[in-house]
Amino acid sequence: MNNPQIPQYRLPEGGRIDRSRPLSFSFNGRAYVGYQGDTLASALLANGVHLIARSFKYHRPRGIMSAGSEEPCAMVTMRQGSRIEPNIRATQIELYEGLVANSQNCWPSVNFDLQAIINKVSRFLPSGFYYKTFKWPKFLWMSYEKVIRHAAGMGKVATLPDPDHYDHMHAYCDVLVVGGGPAGLMAAKSAAASGARVMLADEQAEFGGTLCGRAEKISNKPAMDWVARVRDELAARPDVTLLPRTVVASYYDHNMLVLNQRTGEHLPTAEGFTPRQRIWKVWAKQVVLATGAIERPLVFGNNDLPGVMLTGAVQTYISQYGVLAGKNAVIFTNNDSAYDAAAHMHDNGIKIAAIIDNRKQTSPAAQKLSDRGILIFNNHVVYQAVGSKHVRGVNISPLNENGDKLSGGNIKIDCDLLCMSGGWTPSVHLFSQARGKLRWHETLTTFIPEKSFQQERSAGSCKGVWGLSDCLKGGAKAGAEAAKAAGFTKTRALKTPAASNHDMGDIRALWRVPQPPRSQTKRFIDFQDDVATSDIELAAREGYRSVELTKRYTTLGMGTDQGKTSNINGLAVLSEELGKHIPEVGLTTFRPPYTAQTLGAISGPERGGHFAPTRRSPVHDWHVSTGASFMPAGLWMRPAYYQQPGETMWDAIYRETKHVRSHVGLVDVSSLGKIDLQGKDSAEFLNRCYINGFAKLPVGKCRYGVMLRDDGMVFDDGTVSRLAENHFMMTTTTAKAGPVLQYLEYLLDVVWPELDVHVVSATEQWCAIAVAGPKSRELLSRITDIDMSNEAFEFMGVRQGNICDVPGRIYRISFSGELAYEIGVPSDWGLHVWESLMTAGKDLKVSPYGLEAMSILRIEKGHIVGAELNGRTTADDLGFAAMISTRKPFMGQRSLRKPALLEGERKQLVGLISLDGKTPIPRGAQIVVNPDGPTPVAMLGEVTSNCYSPHVENHIGLAIVKRGRQRIDEILWATSPLTKQRVRVKLCSPHFIDPQGERLRG
Amino acid sequence: MLIKCPWCGDRSLAEFSYQGDATIIRPSDPLSLSDNQWNEYLNLRNNPKGWHDEIWQHLNGCRKHFKARRNVVTHEIADTKPMDGSLQGGRS
Ligand SMILES: [Zn+2]
Repeated sequence: MNNPQIPQYRLPEGGRIDRSRPLSFSFNGRAYVGYQGDTLASALLANGVHLIARSFKYHRPRGIMSAGSEEPCAMVTMRQGSRIEPNIRATQIELYEGLVANSQNCWPSVNFDLQAIINKVSRFLPSGFYYKTFKWPKFLWMSYEKVIRHAAGMGKVATLPDPDHYDHMHAYCDVLVVGGGPAGLMAAKSAAASGARVMLADEQAEFGGTLCGRAEKISNKPAMDWVARVRDELAARPDVTLLPRTVVASYYDHNMLVLNQRTGEHLPTAEGFTPRQRIWKVWAKQVVLATGAIERPLVFGNNDLPGVMLTGAVQTYISQYGVLAGKNAVIFTNNDSAYDAAAHMHDNGIKIAAIIDNRKQTSPAAQKLSDRGILIFNNHVVYQAVGSKHVRGVNISPLNENGDKLSGGNIKIDCDLLCMSGGWTPSVHLFSQARGKLRWHETLTTFIPEKSFQQERSAGSCKGVWGLSDCLKGGAKAGAEAAKAAGFTKTRALKTPAASNHDMGDIRALWRVPQPPRSQTKRFIDFQDDVATSDIELAAREGYRSVELTKRYTTLGMGTDQGKTSNINGLAVLSEELGKHIPEVGLTTFRPPYTAQTLGAISGPERGGHFAPTRRSPVHDWHVSTGASFMPAGLWMRPAYYQQPGETMWDAIYRETKHVRSHVGLVDVSSLGKIDLQGKDSAEFLNRCYINGFAKLPVGKCRYGVMLRDDGMVFDDGTVSRLAENHFMMTTTTAKAGPVLQYLEYLLDVVWPELDVHVVSATEQWCAIAVAGPKSRELLSRITDIDMSNEAFEFMGVRQGNICDVPGRIYRISFSGELAYEIGVPSDWGLHVWESLMTAGKDLKVSPYGLEAMSILRIEKGHIVGAELNGRTTADDLGFAAMISTRKPFMGQRSLRKPALLEGERKQLVGLISLDGKTPIPRGAQIVVNPDGPTPVAMLGEVTSNCYSPHVENHIGLAIVKRGRQRIDEILWATSPLTKQRVRVKLCSPHFIDPQGERLRG
Repeated sequence: MLIKCPWCGDRSLAEFSYQGDATIIRPSDPLSLSDNQWNEYLNLRNNPKGWHDEIWQHLNGCRKHFKARRNVVTHEIADTKPMDGSLQGGRS
């Protein structure tokens, strides 16, 4: 940057900006120059740019109203491409080299917005307009919505993946101080002096709060010198964490607060290890809230014109940024704070055309300004601002005796800046989120904290304390109290330096500035949502009494600014309309977060592959190397099928299926849950958990078991092997591995603590490989010292021995219906054993098969999985009635006598076969007698599993059908209105292959 | 929220799993109960405003179950004890 011109609204000196570091930036495609230390808002004002945006509903021109996070008007879209981000407050964007920002909510440009025509017809757009107009006819809502969404745009979001990264931190401290203004700094200093671990967070880049933007003195020196000294002292303490650019967004139970630190937003891009934003979750023993106060707008005609600003903000632009927001100002106030501001502005060369004060008497603060020769109109109001895209002047008028009507005698005053001050609202958002109780303060005309609920206290202007000296003292006291409550009992409040102590004088509430008769000029309350007095008046006329309902009906306070500048004004107008006292109407609830949070920050690093852990079997790398296609099963990645060159997906699946039935296949079943049980009562415990008996299961045998919930529904199924007298291994389905373990732990801790049983998950310790097919015995006999003969190793037997020179277990169980075994070896040996099996079985044509083939094999055999174990099926529904023991108590037993479980209409598991031999059975289809019958068509049941069966050479399925077992051989319809598929099906036994189990035992 | 596991101390809520009403004891002989009595045990729970005695599991920690006295209005936790301990405080 060479030789930048100093823009005409920039003071030649002063402010917290660095004039030696000019920064170029672009707004709406035009190049401008600002300085290091500027915000986008201050840099635009310095360049005389006031028109920033178009409003949400009426597309009215909007400018910059404030200098902080309360800004309701100056919303822009930041950055470009994958980093584009809408609805960012220009007042909170720190300028950086090359910044690109654009107006939003306007087309073709902010200066000439075609939709501004809406403003001309705005009296046809009252509150509830959309509800009233577009609710009928219903079928058109979809098309209305598209048009409305376009018209009421709030900028555009990025459609590309976010290239930046975001961080999450967890922290613990004794005292968290929220707000780094005079009260917060003093609180942090006092708390830290005691040795407490202190965190101090402030949403601005620089500590100091209001002091950054005022000409205040502390100890007779510029206040910012004091701020710098305190900040350096705190920074030097090892137990103090300073967090600038950090908004404390949310206050949750047990003093847990969530902070958002803008670590990289002030940089062109956050590079290297710097995240763009960081979320802090802080558990604080004690909290000091020093969140300050927000100035209220006054509610007069056209109060939304660019150039109409909050008085304190104009001061901030002078002191912090060296920027004049205008050169010829009118100030409109109902309190004394504006007079300090007026003097400040006047000292810096802004001409004060007049000060309009609705109060009847000239206050002492006003007198000082009057002595400078500044014109003051008491008992007057600005009833309208004049101008089209920027304020050009004001219309003022005296008030009548009651102050509720204009008494005639208009005066027009020219100006290019209109400052307004309607009093100050303490920022009680966090106090209220923490469920503290508020109290209405009549003379301050606002709510202030009354009673804390959590471990927190307020200090400074968020408590309704205005004078600087009082804020410093209050901060020192609050910091000491907090440290004391956190266990640092000897803490004392530190002495505070000398400072001014101006208050606001007497406020004369003025919630709506009266208008001339028949005036249609809008007086805005909520600038972000375009809610004017007329909207609230209408809501009251239509019968709205509750503040919460009025808020939703009119959208008052529902923007991203959460009504920081509009809450009290809106509430007061509603109260006046209802003829009630403000506290009777009540305040709307403050909800987290204090300012809008980006989704990127909330998700933090937990996105993409980091969203959840990926579980891989010990054989995973082999599957990858052979080109397996994977499918997720919960968190597990499981091979779905192994496609060979020239094969389609279905070719591969059917080849694998047939290969198991004719040769031998390997499938990786490591994801099945495995629970190890030990202890002398293990057999008794299993007996109580399953519907069938386990007490007499011999060592070296395994048994299939069904487990119920206590309400009688099937919870899970699996096998249990007895490895030793008091040592068992249980398997569960993949999905229920966690829940079953938790259920067993509950029973042992809560229901039967007297049982001596220990349970632990062994899923990840064991690699499990199923070897299935007629050649499986031959294959295994080659790699183990266990006697694999049918006589020595019977169906449902379990043996321990060496497998490929590794100690392991073999279970003779089958999921496919074929002669099959399951091998278990310690995970670290899983890959070795798998590869050894592939080598040893080469001549047997051993081949891997995936989840898809396994699923077909189990449907052919009629084995159930999660689709059938859906929490609504009983053991009898699924055909396990014969397994239910009558000789012992077990979980869920009593519920089997519930009338609903005994009635004859229950749905039962059956098999389905496609009647024409070629039409597939749609997934999830309904079983009906006649799909074309009168609606509603009676639904007899639903398809739970479906596939093409190479063994049956037809489409088959499993279904849960009302009285299904009595309907075998009936012909019904499986129909899916969703996919518009239907097929005639014949009901049959769910065992499509080897119903007698001869293959298993052969 | 922080919950104090009797074995591990104060830990984040995210580590715990709520496991039901600690005042409900599973009947030792369910078959002797009428349908109504069984229904009462299985399905019916009181939901008083204020203090509840609850069972929690330190799921992502030591996995033990324990009892907690928690105020469902304020989320305050007055006491936690092992399953065989008796909860103190909280009630007023
Ligand atoms: Zn624990």
